Amino acid sequence: MSDLKPLLERHPFFAELTDSDLQLIVSCAKNVRFRAGVHLIREGDPANEFFLIRTGQVALEIFAPGRGAIDLQTVGPGEVIGYSWLFPPHIWQFSARTLEDVRALSIHGTCLRDKCDEDPRLGYRLMKRFAQVILQRLQATRLQLLDLYGKPT
Amino acid sequence: MIPTWRRIRARRVETSDTVTLELEHSPADAAPFRPGQFNMLTAPGIGEVPISMSGGAAPGAALLHTVRAVGAVSRALVALEPGAWIGVRGPYGTSWPVREARGGDVVIVAGGIGLAPLRPSVRAILDERDQYGEVVLLYGARSPSERLFPGELEEWRGRGLEVRSTVDVSEPGWRESVGVVTTLLPAARFSGPRSTAFVCGPEIMMRFVAMGLLERGVAPERLFVSLERNMQCGIGLCGHCQLGPLLVCRDGPVVSWKRAAPWLNVREL
Repeated sequence: MSDLKPLLERHPFFAELTDSDLQLIVSCAKNVRFRAGVHLIREGDPANEFFLIRTGQVALEIFAPGRGAIDLQTVGPGEVIGYSWLFPPHIWQFSARTLEDVRALSIHGTCLRDKCDEDPRLGYRLMKRFAQVILQRLQATRLQLLDLYGKPT
Repeated sequence: MIPTWRRIRARRVETSDTVTLELEHSPADAAPFRPGQFNMLTAPGIGEVPISMSGGAAPGAALLHTVRAVGAVSRALVALEPGAWIGVRGPYGTSWPVREARGGDVVIVAGGIGLAPLRPSVRAILDERDQYGEVVLLYGARSPSERLFPGELEEWRGRGLEVRSTVDVSEPGWRESVGVVTTLLPAARFSGPRSTAFVCGPEIMMRFVAMGLLERGVAPERLFVSLERNMQCGIGLCGHCQLGPLLVCRDGPVVSWKRAAPWLNVREL
C-alpha cells in the first residue's frame, strides 16, 4: 500500500499535509477504478469511505419519483466525493455516478476516524481541509440557487 | 445622437427568450466595431437600449446583435421579424483587449447571455490562433437548452479552443458539467500569471469568477469584465451609467478588474 503515498501527495486535497500525516492515511487508502456509468455510492447505503478523484468526471445525483435521477453537480479530477462517512448516521445522502472512466483513491472512513481519534492534530488538519471543501461547495450551491442566469426581476 | 435606420435581414431564435438579429449592411459598417463594443438599438415607438455586437467585426460581415427579451424595448426588438426597421447608434464603448493578449494565454469566462458580447473576441482570436498560447472558454448557463450558440461551441473546440460548459440545472442527455461556472476554473488549462482574462455575465458571477482567477494568479490589470449599468446616451453625457469615477458607456463596458473592483461592492452606486 505504500506505493499509494505518491498518489496521495499529488492529490490537491492532501496538499500541505505532512509526511507523517500521509504515512498514517495511506494505510486507509486503496486505489480504485470505475467504468463509465456505474455508481460509486448510492443514496441510502451505509457511508464508510470517501473518494479522491484522480481522473474522470462523476455526477452527484438524487432520485425523484417520476423524474428519475437528477444530476445536482459534477465533480472532477482533484476533487473529493463523500462527507457522510464523517457524521452519524453514516448514510449516503446522494448517489454518485461515473460519467466516464474514473480513477480514484478510496479512503476507508472507520480506519481514518480511528487514526484521527488517536492523533487529534491529524484530525484537526483533515477537518480544516474538509471544512474548506464543504465551504466551497456551499458557496457554489448558493450561487446555483440564485438562478443568476434567470431573468432579472 | 440620431440613429441610422436599418432593416433586419434575418432573425435567428437562440433560446426561448433570445434572438440574434442580422442587420442589412450600411456604409457606416466601413468603420467596423471592436469586439466588446455596443450599439444603441431603437425599437420604433418604444425606446432605445444598449446591445453589444455578437458578430460582424470583420469588414463586410453581417452585423449581429443577440437580444434577450427582458424589458419593454428588448421584448419589442426580440419580436421584430425580418424586413422590420430598427434604429442603430454606435459603436460605443471600450473593447476586449484582443490584440494586447497576444503572446500569452487567454481565459474567457461567460455566463448566460454574456457569451454574446464575447463571441466577436473568440472569433478574432481563432482567426489568429497561432498568436496565442492556451485559449480556454468556460461557459455557464441555466440549462443545456438555454446555452447560446451550441453549434459554434463545438466548432470552436475543433479549432484549438478548450471549451467547457456547465449548467445550473441538467437535462436528460447532458454530458458536460453541472454546477456554477467557477467550479470549472481549477482544472482549466492556463497559466494565470501569463493570462489575460475576459469575463462577461451577471455581476455576482463576475465577482466570484474574478476571485477564482486572481487565486490562479491572473493579474487584476489583465482581468477584464464587461459592466452593465443604466446606459442611456451611450456617449458619456447624461451620467445615468455612472459607477464611481467611471461612466460605463464611455469608460466601459469593458473595464479592468483593477479599475472596476473598488466600486462593485459599494451599495450606494
